[in-house]
Amino acid sequence: MTAEVTAEIRTAHLLDLAAEGKRLDGRGPDEYRRVVVEPGFVTTADGSALVRIGNTTVLAGVKLEPGKPFPDTPNAGVLTTNAELIPLSSPVFEPGPPQPGAIEVSRVVDRAIRAAEAIDLTRLCVTPGEKTWVCYVDLHVLDHSGNLIDAAMLAGVSALAHAVVPAKRFGIAESDYPLDLQHVPTECTFIRLGDALVVDPTFDEEQAAQGRLTVATDETGRVVAMQKGLVGAFSPDDVREVVRRALVHGDRLRIAARGGKT
Amino acid sequence: MGSVGAKDVPVLLSPEGLRIDGRRLDELRPIRIEAGPLHQADGSAYVEWGANKVMAAVYGPREVHPRHLQQNNKAVIQCKYNMAAFSVDERKRPGLDRRSQEISKVIAEAFESVVFAEEFPRTSIDVYIEVLQANAGTRCAGLVAASVALADAGIPMVDLVPAVAVGKISGQIALDLKKEEDNFGEADLPMALVPQSGRLVLLQMEGHMTPDELSKALDLGVEGCKAIYAKMKQALRDRYTVDPLPAEAA
Repeated sequence: MTAEVTAEIRTAHLLDLAAEGKRLDGRGPDEYRRVVVEPGFVTTADGSALVRIGNTTVLAGVKLEPGKPFPDTPNAGVLTTNAELIPLSSPVFEPGPPQPGAIEVSRVVDRAIRAAEAIDLTRLCVTPGEKTWVCYVDLHVLDHSGNLIDAAMLAGVSALAHAVVPAKRFGIAESDYPLDLQHVPTECTFIRLGDALVVDPTFDEEQAAQGRLTVATDETGRVVAMQKGLVGAFSPDDVREVVRRALVHGDRLRIAARGGKT
Repeated sequence: MGSVGAKDVPVLLSPEGLRIDGRRLDELRPIRIEAGPLHQADGSAYVEWGANKVMAAVYGPREVHPRHLQQNNKAVIQCKYNMAAFSVDERKRPGLDRRSQEISKVIAEAFESVVFAEEFPRTSIDVYIEVLQANAGTRCAGLVAASVALADAGIPMVDLVPAVAVGKISGQIALDLKKEEDNFGEADLPMALVPQSGRLVLLQMEGHMTPDELSKALDLGVEGCKAIYAKMKQALRDRYTVDPLPAEAA
């Protein structure tokens, strides 16, 4: 009961602040938290990256294994994205089968990787119709302090950018080779607090949000995916505004994806 | 373990008595412990131990879930040990397997032996251990991380619980096996010690040892645990020592 009361007070406070263009952590409405990407964090993975957006921490690991292509795409590799919202990362997550939240994160990230054609899946084909590389992107949320989608996307794409195809280990080629990214998609998430559109929400801001909108862009300036979530609504002008700002933030996130700090 | 491309048995011990990574038989791998790296958990700890990377978080005392596990006279301690899919050479299918469940159980029981659970009736103390990168000895690394996380969460306990695995390679008892030694060695004996009482709250063994070897392994393990105990205490001191200078804004 007390938790509900404090949540209500906090929501009212966040809305009051947002109306004045302020936020609880002192950021402006269009200010992203500090982003740190640490590629190669896990040496047992073929590619990995630890991403921090403020306190939010996501670890992505890429594994490549030989497998069978899908019958309808005999010349293409297989990409599988999986997100684990493990109970270590937040008091709101419980053990058990994937919850809708985890499924949403993995599908939104997966969609952006596919739509942007971040990896050329035809290059993963070994023998058409018979043998191909299966690329697993596992997203492990370690600290859920808000904006999981952006952090998971950045971790996934950084891990892929640094991934090496273990062709030698599986006896498929003489030597390993880099996976290579064709495009670098990033997600940028906003929430609505009253009339304000606020980028990169913290956990508390997400609890107070009147709608969440995520826009995935790539380095060519394309929008490759969008996802509206939570209860709430956005006007078409809101959406246009979010897209415009997402492209600006996206360019900074793409620098981070290569291992830079922003 | 049947890793891809596994070749012949490597030489685990040089004529000079050095191991594949240059350690002596009674030497630990480098260990780094960080208390409190997570922000949502009531307590947390991160451990890098050789090539192991393990995160632990503690939540509680909080409501028991599922409810029927609730005890009217004490807290229940629930532990989940889990390996990330990418933590090992061949991708591990996510989710609980029998090995993880067993490890979770023995770790929970180790903590039940030291936590003053009767101070928190009708609650649950939830311990989560995530292995991010594995290189043998993950249950010990997880237990060490979880123990520091419990202290970080302010849970009253008899003592911290250091842990280490002792094994047998090329006929010799060796402290803290790394992966190749574990795969090709002759025995593995993980243990966890309560330094205050000198008693072991976790003890498992797989392989073969003579009674003399086992006795030697126990002595070696206790010494190893004491060294790790010092590092655990230091990690907590580092976390809770007040900096005389004004803290940098987050």
